Amino acid sequence: MSSRILNLRTAALIGSVLLGTTSAFAEAVLHRGNAGEPQTLDQAHTSINIEEFILKDLYEGLTIYDATGKIVPGAAESWTVSEDGTTYTFKLRENANWSDGSPVTAEDFVFSFQRIEDPKTAAGYANILYPIKNAEKINKGELATSELGVRAVDAKTLEITLERPTPFFLELLAHQTALPVSKASVEKNGADFVKPGVMVSNGAFKLVSHVPNDSLVVEKNPNHWDAANVKLDKVIFYPIDDQAASVRRFEAKEMDLVYNFSADQIDRLRSSYGDQVHISPTLATYYYAFDSRQEPYSDVRVRRALSMAVDRDFLAKEIYSGSQIPAYSMVPPGMETYGEPSKADFAEMSQLDREDKAIELMKEAGYGEGGKPLNIEIRYNTNPNHERVATAVADMWKNTFGASVSLVNLDVSSHYAYLQEDGKFNVARAGWVADYADAENFLALSLSTNETFNYGQYKNPEFDDLMKRSYEERDQAERSKLLHEAEALVMRDQPVAPLLTQADLWLVSDRIKGWQDNAVNEHLSRFLSVSE
Amino acid sequence: MLSFVLRRLASAVPTLFIVVTISFFLMRFAPGGPFNLERPLPPATMENLMRTYQLDQPLWRQYVTYISNAVKGDFGPSYIYKDNTVAELIGKGLPYSVELGFYALLLALIGGVLTGTVAALRQNSLLDFSIMSLATVGTTIPNFVVGPVLTLVFAIGLSLLPAGGWGDGSLSFLILPMIALALPQLAVFARLTRGSMIEALHGDHIRTARAYGLPSRVVVITHAMRGALLPVISYLAPCAAALMTGSAVVETIFTIPGVGRYFVLGALNRDYTLVMGTVVLIAIFVIVFNLLVDLLYGLLDPRVRHD
Repeated sequence: MSSRILNLRTAALIGSVLLGTTSAFAEAVLHRGNAGEPQTLDQAHTSINIEEFILKDLYEGLTIYDATGKIVPGAAESWTVSEDGTTYTFKLRENANWSDGSPVTAEDFVFSFQRIEDPKTAAGYANILYPIKNAEKINKGELATSELGVRAVDAKTLEITLERPTPFFLELLAHQTALPVSKASVEKNGADFVKPGVMVSNGAFKLVSHVPNDSLVVEKNPNHWDAANVKLDKVIFYPIDDQAASVRRFEAKEMDLVYNFSADQIDRLRSSYGDQVHISPTLATYYYAFDSRQEPYSDVRVRRALSMAVDRDFLAKEIYSGSQIPAYSMVPPGMETYGEPSKADFAEMSQLDREDKAIELMKEAGYGEGGKPLNIEIRYNTNPNHERVATAVADMWKNTFGASVSLVNLDVSSHYAYLQEDGKFNVARAGWVADYADAENFLALSLSTNETFNYGQYKNPEFDDLMKRSYEERDQAERSKLLHEAEALVMRDQPVAPLLTQADLWLVSDRIKGWQDNAVNEHLSRFLSVSE
Repeated sequence: MLSFVLRRLASAVPTLFIVVTISFFLMRFAPGGPFNLERPLPPATMENLMRTYQLDQPLWRQYVTYISNAVKGDFGPSYIYKDNTVAELIGKGLPYSVELGFYALLLALIGGVLTGTVAALRQNSLLDFSIMSLATVGTTIPNFVVGPVLTLVFAIGLSLLPAGGWGDGSLSFLILPMIALALPQLAVFARLTRGSMIEALHGDHIRTARAYGLPSRVVVITHAMRGALLPVISYLAPCAAALMTGSAVVETIFTIPGVGRYFVLGALNRDYTLVMGTVVLIAIFVIVFNLLVDLLYGLLDPRVRHD
């Protein structure tokens, strides 16, 4: 505080415009726009990708995503999987070290995973590691943390036992929740282990300073096993939640990277910055859920008709300026382990044919013109783009069925609280971003047992059964087939109408080398460099 | 005088208490909670969180706990910025907001009084008309328009000033946000000054002073100004409190790490403790500045005496 007050006096005296910040050394610094202030730097509490970008620069999990978005060894140099697919044995790198120079041990990982599942930690994403043996019971307070299926065989060998074979387990381990903490540091510093000057990390970078809503600075970690190949000396993250402000700072050349900007800027930015504008389809689906509990949405024909009448090309082109892609499947394309998703049967029709078919279906169901009146309420969370989508969809339903459509919007918290607490609705907007690159992550949303995310409470025993079999199936190809069948059912019944596959928008200055767009939206700074 | 200050400070305690109580319960009427995210949490996780933050307790007990902790200066953990307590967040952000707000206040006050006085002296002239039109424009154009326009011109177009951020805290970083923050207030000060100045210039004591043959400068500055400033001074308190506790809009546009955004962010994310913390902060600023202004009043207006 005192230095600020001093500044207050002195700054008043300095009348002139300041010189630019020029440093004596040609340090390689990446100015990285980061779309918002991280809410935490604790792997137990993190939940959003702007934290992920920082945490994955600071820490390194057993597996990581490389620049192309492929899973590769991280802190572990290799692993073996038991015959039955339930035991993974990881060999940690001999030269994997913490930023204080001490070695990264299997014991650190045991401690980290136990900490995540400990109910006292109240980790927001504890469930992502539930496939680990006893994790769920521990998290619910039914077992002691020592019962977790994670064991240090020796200092550099880690054994993880799972509840059941989990074909996407290596993807889960690359999630930011599975990043390790230094046991010694957490035991010594408690909750303060995340603070600059205290934090001990094992990633390519270490934390230097953090001024909330201003900047977070990390510098190269010389103790990282691959430090020789890390080209940046420093990365400054700018937590800017105002998209227009980050674009302005990019244009003023104050930032090299901007994550997320308003889609209506795409054309303008393209004309000024050409291929510095990146639109990268991502593993995220924008969808409308129908309340299958009530009339008329309990009728498959009505749901299908409504879904078919939505002109997705219009939404993608006119509202999102091509920054999103029309979606006809719940699972987005680009998933390595899944391949081409099972699309709805109307995907290949023209929009005009879809509308004809939709009118027919609606008539059969006895609604719309000449039938019972169709009054639809669309709920969405307050956001200009969601509003534009809802308005357009309302218009399409009005024109196709003569429906009367009303819109209701609530802020994010209230919107999702309402849906989670079993609030009745007609049609509700929702979005899903993959936690891990596997189709199951999207399809599980429609399981009848999924009390939280199956908003419309769709119940289909046949679908549930296919999903159940997919969990037990060990053969990858066979499993993928089961999941495709399951998705085909959901796309037939349309309890949810997928509208768009989302894309990540990035501005990548041509100063940056090594950047590669990828569907998992993973961009570790250690794979980037800057030229000057 | 001292007893006046003490009495006022003592009366601030129940005021604060009422403010805290009302906001505590108002916050809880809003649907949802701090952990209802776009991606809803599984029930077990939600339970763990609610227990950890003691949100599973009855509301009255949460209230009692909050008050008894707040009295000790503990405003609780922030639910969104989980690594920080509310006191830490406000402690880190407040100096930035105060510094920026202070400059903006100076700019608004000096600029407003000057232009208002000039307009009053040249009443109904073209100059008066221009200044007052600009003042009207100044109050009506919101700073979320002024801010980006300033950046487009001075940062992107002319590359003279930074587009945002606090940088090293040097003046170049402060100029644009300071102007965006000050402009609407400057316009208010100008209008207030002009109005009261015109009134003061028609006062008996001014006519007398002029009749004595005092130079116009002396009449305006020493005699008219003193009375004319009173309405300006009374506006100073709420204005200073508002500017120095930060503006969510200006801080967001210019990415200033102040406390202005916390109230809005806190309310939207149901970060109950953060909202409460900022409410207490704003209340304290309002109370303190009102007290200061009342004291200033005593100095300027002989009819007001504090004893």
